[in-house]
This record gives sequence, C-alpha cells and structure tokens, in this order.
Amino acid sequence: MTGLSLLSGPDPRAGMETAAAHLSRLGPLPSAGTELIDLLDRSDLRGRGGAAFPVGRKWRSVAERGGSGPVVLVNGAEGEPLSRKDRVLMEARPHLVLDGAALAARATGAGEVVLYVGAEHAGAVSALRRALAERPEAERRSTRIATAPARYVSGEETAAVHFLNEGVALPTSLPPRPYERGADGRPTLVQNVESLAHAAMIARHGDRWFRDLGRGEAAGTALLTLSGAVAVPGVLEVAQGSTVGEAVTGGGGLGAPARAVLLGGYFGGWVAAEQAWGLPLDAPALRDRGHSLGCGVVAVLPEHRCGVVESARIITYLAEQSARQCGPCVFGLRAAAAAMHRLAVTGAEPDDLERLRRWSGELSGRGACHHPDGAAGFLLSALRVFDEEFLHHHRRGGCSVRAREAA
Amino acid sequence: MEGPTLEVDRIRCDGHGLCAELLPELIRLDDWGYPLVRPVPVPGPLVGHARRAAAACPLLALRLRQGSR
Ligand code: SF4
Ligand code: SF4
Repeated sequence: MTGLSLLSGPDPRAGMETAAAHLSRLGPLPSAGTELIDLLDRSDLRGRGGAAFPVGRKWRSVAERGGSGPVVLVNGAEGEPLSRKDRVLMEARPHLVLDGAALAARATGAGEVVLYVGAEHAGAVSALRRALAERPEAERRSTRIATAPARYVSGEETAAVHFLNEGVALPTSLPPRPYERGADGRPTLVQNVESLAHAAMIARHGDRWFRDLGRGEAAGTALLTLSGAVAVPGVLEVAQGSTVGEAVTGGGGLGAPARAVLLGGYFGGWVAAEQAWGLPLDAPALRDRGHSLGCGVVAVLPEHRCGVVESARIITYLAEQSARQCGPCVFGLRAAAAAMHRLAVTGAEPDDLERLRRWSGELSGRGACHHPDGAAGFLLSALRVFDEEFLHHHRRGGCSVRAREAA
Repeated sequence: MEGPTLEVDRIRCDGHGLCAELLPELIRLDDWGYPLVRPVPVPGPLVGHARRAAAACPLLALRLRQGSR
C-alpha cells in the first residue's frame, strides 16, 4: 500500500495514526467555515461512496436549509463486498475522517455528527472510538457512533437516515431527500468517509494543490481496492485520471492472464481486459465511456475463471441483498439470478438468455433505491463482455472455459 | 409546457395491475405483474385517463406529477 495524500505518512497497515502523530504530520485543522464550500467547489471533489456527486454542492444544499440545526452523517457503512478502502481509511487515518466531519459540521452549521459504520467493521469502529477520545471535548460531545447492520443497502443514503430514525436500515421512497429532511427530520448531510478525508486535506492545502494531484482533467487522488488476479491485492491510492493498467501495476502487476475487469464493484460493470487497461480512473471520464468508478473497486478476473459463473454468483448475491420492499427488485432480481444460475451451472431453459437481455433493460429505475439499477447495469455488462461465453453456455449447456482447458 | 409525468411509489405498489388496464397506452406490466411506465410526459389527450388511473390505484402508489423533474 502506498499513498499520495490520504495514505501518505506511516504505512496504513501499522494501524491507527494517533492525534499527536496526525497533528505533527499535517498541522492543525484550519478554522474554515462556510468559505470552505467554495474551496470544495473549486477543487472539484466528488463523493467517493459511488455516486460521484460534487461535494461542495452537497454541502451547500444542506447549509442553505440551515433550519433546526443540520446533522452530519459520516457514512462508513461499506456494504460493497469487494471494497475495503473505507475500512482501511477509518482504521489507519481516523483523525482525517473526524477532521472532515468537523469541517462539514462547521460549514453546514450542524450541531451533531453521527459516525455510521458497518457493524462488521470492528477495526474501524474501535479506531474511530479511540480517535474520538483524543478529540476536543466539544467535538466529543456532539459526535456519536452508530453501527449499521451488515447488508448491501445499509450504506444507501435514505437507508442510513431511516436507521437513525427508526432503527431500520432500509431505503425509503423519495422524496424528501436527506438534505431536506433526514435524521430527526433535520437537514442531513450524508457523506462517505473518503470524501470527508479529502475535504480535510483540501482545507489544509487548498484546491489548487488537490487538482494538481490528479492527472489531466481529473482532480485529486482516489482510494482503490484491488482484488482478483493481481500480485498484491489490497487498498491503493492513485492519482485520479491514471489508468486501470497503472493501478494494476501499482498492485504488483497481474497474477495471471486476465479475461476481464470488474470496475466499480457489484454496482459497476465488467470491462474486457484489453479495453480496461487504458481506461482513466476518474468518475466523469468513465461515465462518458459508459463505465463507472463506483466506490473504486478494481477486480481482475483471470482467464481460468468463467465470467458466466462469476456473474451468476454476483447477481445471486445482489438478489439476496434486495431489501424486499419493491416488487420489481424482489421478483426481478430473483428471476434474473435463477436464470443466470441455470445458464452457469444446471443447464439453461431455451429462453433464459433472451429473458436476461430483456430484464437487463427493464429492471433499471424500478425501485425506491438504486439497487435494481445497479444490478441491471451489472447484468448488461456481463451479457456484453461475456457474450461468447453466454452463447456457449446457452447452446451447449456447458462452460467454455472448462472446454478450452480440456482441449 | 411539458405534460405531467407518471410516477410509481415502488414500495407501495404491489402489482395489482389496475393501472395497466386503465392506461395501456403508457403502462404495461412486467413478467411479475408490476407496472412499466413509459418514461415520457403524458401527452395532452391522455392526461384525463392518467388522472383516472392514478385515482383508481388501490394503494395510492401511482401519482401524476406536474412539470419535468
Ligand atoms: S429497490 Fe430493492 S433494495 Fe431498494 S428499497 Fe426497493 S426492494 Fe429495497
Ligand atoms: S394500480 Fe397501483 S398498485 Fe396496482 S400495479 Fe398500478 S401502481 Fe401498482
């Protein structure tokens, strides 16, 4: 693991950086107030939870509501199974996250900060708790930790707010949006931990510094989680705008010949390996090319693993993680998972492939939250990238990867 | 001015399918009986039908929203 900004300093694997070490390395947190929002606008920082929404704009929409004291909800519920970066950040640099939360509270006029962390992220919870004990008393008193149930949708914005209000970490129908009426009915800023940590660096070093960290048009750095056929899986910080190929090199290079890359995690999509290497790791640039950076997952599928089988496993997981509130999400994902499983393992029905193609279009936009959209996008990418493999499974009822190995 | 748009509250809707019967021009049902709404502003001549379909939804899950989003 190396770092350019958030993970610069001591090796993150060494564990939590104490307040004293944090302060001597980075200096005190500047006393910026609302002017920080302009700085964030100029820095072009975008949210790192997956949606890549401009952070300055998000803060402003909460600050403008003001009202009965907004709430800052620090989102550390990392539900994506392939992502580790938020956990590593909270464990290694909790003070950077708390700095970002303090800045957000000041800039939006929030009187309360909630650290919403996945219950299964025990290391992160304990690091944040220890770090909190080292913070000034006023900050300690206005901050609390809430542990989120371990499930995929827990980190969804409205699910987080719902959990604080009623103890149910399930998405709700929009509107009102959290920034309008969220925790306790107050305007609520829900912001991913990495986004907040970047804000804490920008407050210290400025927007120019941040933009210069990125490559080309892209600003700043990003935390990635590398997995699959790479020599050194783990969390890596890269300049935004550097390529997928460079990130893999940063992870020690390929561990085996690659077939495809899952970019952005389960809510992202597959990209054929030869097309993936040159792609820039930058949310807007990827979106223009029809891909997604999501929460920074780069998972490399080796040639000896079957893309159909892997995709079936992932869509099954997503179907199980449906919060079972909306019909199309519950029944549609379940049916898609069953069809994929037949194609991959037990033998397809004649129109399974055809139906999957149709559903990949029909399921998008059919839930209260984006869960079915993410699953539909994933499905679409699987059908596109593994087109040949799907046809092979469909016709022969078998696996082309295994057939190739046997030949 | 653009016509109103139809929105389904996905949590409320339980797929009775009444709306697709009343407004087949804009709503059809998916393989599980849940409405697929054409993502276009409701054309003028259909606004009355759309309003009636929304009013008929037993779960108040179908709404007609004025203006573009
Ligand atoms: S779309 Fe799916 S995950 Fe989202 S609220 Fe509805 S049922 Fe739950
Ligand atoms: S009538 Fe209402 S509950 Fe029935 S399918 Fe249409 S929107 Fe859903």
